[in-house]
Amino acid sequence: MANDSFHGHPEVVTTHEVHHDEHHVHHHKETFITKYVFSQDHKMIAKQFLITGMIWAIMGGLMSVLFRLQLGYPDQTFPWLEDILGRWARGGKISVENYYALVTMHGTVLVFFVLTGGLSGTFANLLIPLQIGARDMASPFLNMLSYWFFFGGSIVMLASLFIQTGPFSGGWTFYPPLSALGDASPGSKAGADYWIIGMALFIISSLLGGLNYIATILNMRTKGMSMSRLPLTCWALLFTAILGVLSFPVLLSGVLLVVFDRHAGTSFYLADIFVGGKALPNEGGSAILFQHLFWFLGHPEVYIIILPAMGLVSEIMAINCRKPIFGYMAMVGSLFAIAILAFLVWAHHMFVTGLNPFLGSVFVLLTLLIAVPSAIKVFNWLTTMWRGNIRFTPAMLFAVGFVSLFISGGLTGIWLGNSTLDIHLHDTYFVIAHFHIVMGVSAFFGMFAGIYHWFPKMYGRYMNNSLAYIHFWVTLVGAYLIFWPMHYQGLAGMPRRYFDYSQWLSFSQFSDLNKFISTVAMIVFAVQLLFVFNFFYSIFKGRRVTSTNPWHATTLEWTTPVRPGHGNWPGEIPEVHRWAYDYGKDGRDFIPQTEPVGPNESKHH
Amino acid sequence: MQVMESTVSTQRKKIHPHKFTLWIGIGSIIMMFAGLTSAYIVKRNQAEWSSVIIPKIFYYSTVVMLISSLTIQMALKAFKERNMHQYRRLITITALLGLGFIAMQITGFMQLTEAGSRLEGSGAAAFLYVIFGLHALHVLGGAAALLWMLYRAFSARIRSYNPVPVELAATYWHFVDLLWIYLFVFFLWKV
Repeated sequence: MANDSFHGHPEVVTTHEVHHDEHHVHHHKETFITKYVFSQDHKMIAKQFLITGMIWAIMGGLMSVLFRLQLGYPDQTFPWLEDILGRWARGGKISVENYYALVTMHGTVLVFFVLTGGLSGTFANLLIPLQIGARDMASPFLNMLSYWFFFGGSIVMLASLFIQTGPFSGGWTFYPPLSALGDASPGSKAGADYWIIGMALFIISSLLGGLNYIATILNMRTKGMSMSRLPLTCWALLFTAILGVLSFPVLLSGVLLVVFDRHAGTSFYLADIFVGGKALPNEGGSAILFQHLFWFLGHPEVYIIILPAMGLVSEIMAINCRKPIFGYMAMVGSLFAIAILAFLVWAHHMFVTGLNPFLGSVFVLLTLLIAVPSAIKVFNWLTTMWRGNIRFTPAMLFAVGFVSLFISGGLTGIWLGNSTLDIHLHDTYFVIAHFHIVMGVSAFFGMFAGIYHWFPKMYGRYMNNSLAYIHFWVTLVGAYLIFWPMHYQGLAGMPRRYFDYSQWLSFSQFSDLNKFISTVAMIVFAVQLLFVFNFFYSIFKGRRVTSTNPWHATTLEWTTPVRPGHGNWPGEIPEVHRWAYDYGKDGRDFIPQTEPVGPNESKHH
Repeated sequence: MQVMESTVSTQRKKIHPHKFTLWIGIGSIIMMFAGLTSAYIVKRNQAEWSSVIIPKIFYYSTVVMLISSLTIQMALKAFKERNMHQYRRLITITALLGLGFIAMQITGFMQLTEAGSRLEGSGAAAFLYVIFGLHALHVLGGAAALLWMLYRAFSARIRSYNPVPVELAATYWHFVDLLWIYLFVFFLWKV
């Protein structure tokens, strides 16, 4: 391999690399437009994804505060609601239609636009080229398109909030007939079309991005960066991208058939429906068919959300414990196992749809199997921390918080994966509590950990630690206070998606608890605004980063200048000689990946 | 030159990244059609299913598609041998065959409609329109790429001997060809 630099004649030379190699000293001039708007630099695209995702997160979070207001205080009116929502909250009380619209958009926005686009889009773009040693993505142009499709989808989805009949309100899962019949509800009219267009643009964005991430990781690694030396972030992002590329197209075909049912008179999903006492002509359709197509994406989707968080946490854990990650190959293997199983468990969302009980038991088995790789990962994070020299940076705290939440939420997954228990628990607050903890809050914790940790690389400054610690503790305690009680509500049988439980004798006992949850939700939301303030304040006023490697990490992104230009390394791309986790080896705190293996060095693995 | 070469060779590339990207993209298109055809299989076993008689013209369009696959392969060969004259002729023929294929698909749709198999309803015809239509869109995308290459091949200003774009187009074209054969056989078999 050492001879490569003299004899190796690469088969292909992509133009952008040569371009940057020639111009690395006097960097080509960039205008405001090419640098900040239509940028092809992966680092700028990452920031675009991050900030768009943050705007969406604020809106999605605000939606939850608004509907929690209704759930916690169903007997009160808030005149200021009419000021901001107009006729959607006439008399200061959220209307039923708007309540469902808020719930639906909260799900759509957070699942897709924040935790898929915002999370993968940010960290895959930022970290893949920097950590594998590439000047940019395999196709910077497609990468730019990926962001702009995301932006376009965001604009369409945002626009649907402002149309007369309101945004789609039939649940984020877009089940027909509510999604397929304009007469089903106000939100099923234009709002559903906006939802479809917005999601189609989003899917194109996520496919363009995913193609690039996979091609970049597999083809553009620097010399010496074998797959077994790849940081776990890149492994996680690779599996995430593979899941997305294979599952999003199926959602697209499922939704395409909804379009035909809505506008072309087909009956793919519609049968035997009466609207206003009149029978519709649609015959022979199957609403369950949509659920199969939806959940074939929908289940991999939850891993698309959680795998990047797992990757970020693994990396941050090793760095801040000053120890190699425990069980590197087991970590990769369990990511792989999760990626495979992700495609084989979708029907556990459909246990009570009349699914054949035998088939159901197969899906129970496959679902419970996911506990094995998940437990391996948790074990490895705990053993990485075990007797580590832990630095409790904000990023590390969020990583530890992630593990805590992942355990708490994962355990209830074992309950819900059983088709018999699901008869009682399906569509209750138990499900809400489970998935919010295991993939909602914990993915957010992974994302926060990643932002605090890589902020110095993104902006050349640190975020404020005091604000970060407040952010962490309030969010962690708040998340448990919000979702822990919901388990009890769910066990008591309290169904999800209801507007007002106070009139319902079985669940009116929970009125104080609902008030409590809503109050905590508001506090937690306020603290997220503190984080947003910290983020933007620190971009301009944060403490400056003075060393290229502030966390004493081994990976390649810390060999670039504090503020790397387009092309990342001013000179040659560094060569890699070892894996990414040589911490605390042979009496040394850490050994960068770029350092050749010494003659007397002890063997690692 | 020495410096540049050594910098470039630090990036290990067994396959051109754009080709690799195309292959993954093909995988994702396959998943989309797999979703649709599996939906067909699920739906077929349910009430109110109605069959459809596939017009003869789809057999002829299959032949056109197969020939176009042959011509684009010959175009790629001509390009690699720097036989630009031959390359231009073959790429033109391929693009025309692609457009001919789409025209034949539209004719097929019209014949189906005349025979009473309409999009409305829930039987095989609805699936046929959607699936064949979506495939035709993919062929149209390929034809657009071919026309762009045609423009490049005839443009006096551009002298490119980089085979990658031609190879990408050929791979994609063979893919839509194979995809069509899969879909056509699927419908003949399952209708």
